Amino acid sequence: MTYLNYIGAYFLMIAEMFRKPTKWSVMKQLILKDVDDLIIGSLGIVAFISFFVGGVVTIQTALNIDNPLIPKYLVGFATRQSVILEFAPTFISIIMAGKVGSFITSSIGTMRVTEQIDALEVMGINSLNYLVFPKFIALLLYPFVISIAMFLGILGGMAACVYGGFSSLDDYIIGIQTDFTPFHITYAFIKTFVFAFILATIPSYHGYFMKGGALEVGKASTTSFVWTSVVIILLNYILTQMLLS
Amino acid sequence: MIEVKNIHKSFDGIEVLKGISTTFDKGKTNLIIGQSGSGKTVFIKCLLGLFDYEEGCISYDGKIFSQLSEDEKRNLRADIGMVFQGSALFDSMTIAENVMFPLKMFTKQSKSEMEDRVDFVLKRVNLIDAHKKMPSEASGGMQKRVAIARAIVNKPMYLFCDEPNSGLDPKTAIIIDNLIREITDEYDITTVINSHDMNSVMEIGEKIVFLKDGLKAWEGSKETIFKTDNKVVTDFVYSSELMKKVRQMYIEEKQ
Ligand SMILES: Nc1ncnc2c1ncn2[C@@H]1O[C@H](COP(=O)(O)OP(=O)(O)OP(=O)(O)O)[C@@H](O)[C@H]1O
Ligand SMILES: [Mg+2]
Repeated sequence: MTYLNYIGAYFLMIAEMFRKPTKWSVMKQLILKDVDDLIIGSLGIVAFISFFVGGVVTIQTALNIDNPLIPKYLVGFATRQSVILEFAPTFISIIMAGKVGSFITSSIGTMRVTEQIDALEVMGINSLNYLVFPKFIALLLYPFVISIAMFLGILGGMAACVYGGFSSLDDYIIGIQTDFTPFHITYAFIKTFVFAFILATIPSYHGYFMKGGALEVGKASTTSFVWTSVVIILLNYILTQMLLS
Repeated sequence: MIEVKNIHKSFDGIEVLKGISTTFDKGKTNLIIGQSGSGKTVFIKCLLGLFDYEEGCISYDGKIFSQLSEDEKRNLRADIGMVFQGSALFDSMTIAENVMFPLKMFTKQSKSEMEDRVDFVLKRVNLIDAHKKMPSEASGGMQKRVAIARAIVNKPMYLFCDEPNSGLDPKTAIIIDNLIREITDEYDITTVINSHDMNSVMEIGEKIVFLKDGLKAWEGSKETIFKTDNKVVTDFVYSSELMKKVRQMYIEEKQ
């Protein structure tokens, strides 16, 4: 029963977020700040992880294909498929749930415990619109982050493949062009948009509705990470079932 | 004028406010006094609608708060200034930006008009060169004064202050008290102040509501509070040695 209450409160929060919009001149700055914090600030870690995990995926695929009948270009093919379909949209989103999610929860949670949210409400400002809406808009740029992750993942795979001597550059490039299905990109970006929405709203929910003091802010960040990841993994399963099978 | 009828509020089954009724008059500094834990902060938050209460009715100049729609509530609140007990400054903004915030949100003033107004109110709370500081770099007393500046910058119709001068030295405390009274007179607004400071009572207690254990134990003004025989009030008022001496002298003078 309590879980139903939480889910209800979550959807009410989302509805409230779109009501009584904040003045555009103020909102514009909030959005730019959140783009900087949430998107630009994440590029470094995303690039680093994508490049090296792409490399690892390639090495492991190459090492598992020791049957001489299997063509060498399959290494590139397998890397492309796993990076585009799963690694970039889902794996990176889980990492973002840790980085961006806990940042959102702790910054909104701190505003809650220091009564800054009450101060906004007392002034007659829709605090949900003021705090959550700019994060939602900023995360509409999340697909760019994922595109970069895809690109660097495949590039990292190429580097590992060529420098590790697992196959030639030409084979790898043939591999990443083999049997390309454009719908896989659509599928990956549908997932990305859904995850972006989850990344903006679930951590905000945990920060906004938290009770207590500084200690609880830390706890809320952890809970928020757990729930954001669980929801991403579940939706990943549901969307894959719906879109690919 | 704010009218309060029979407010009940409890947390997890423990009743904190047990039926408070009173009125806060326009153009007056209305004080809510009482010991720590008597429910002053909870009461003021109920007035503002930050806490839901189980029973009772609060009306702002005839408008019953709980019957307003969300949008009407927000419009009413644009006319409210509030100083929180913990200041509640926005810690991502400088002091000047904090004070400018209500102007930015609710007026169409130009940047320079807003800056002039910010300078003016910051000067009134005795802060001249703190514009660029972040709240975390300001002392507790400075933060309080910034919070007051932010509450009055947009000329509110209702001003609420939760212990505006706790944590300030006696001199600044009196400056703040006088400032609040001046603003109340100047704009003819309804001001409600939580306090447990006897100096404030003597300075600005034009109407005083005394809370004890979630009930209104006494109501009066700074003129009547020193004459009352109500035991609860005299215990509170004459708790310090200084006040005991004052009372002694007063009695001796009369004889
Ligand atoms: N959010 C809350 N949850 C549970 N109990 C609360 C909450 N806020 C206040 N209380 C309780 O309500 C009572 C009154 O608290 P309140 O903060 O109103 O006191 P106060 O008169 O403002 O005291 P002080 O002068 O120290 O600020 C206290 O017993 C407190 O424990
Ligand atoms: Mg209090």
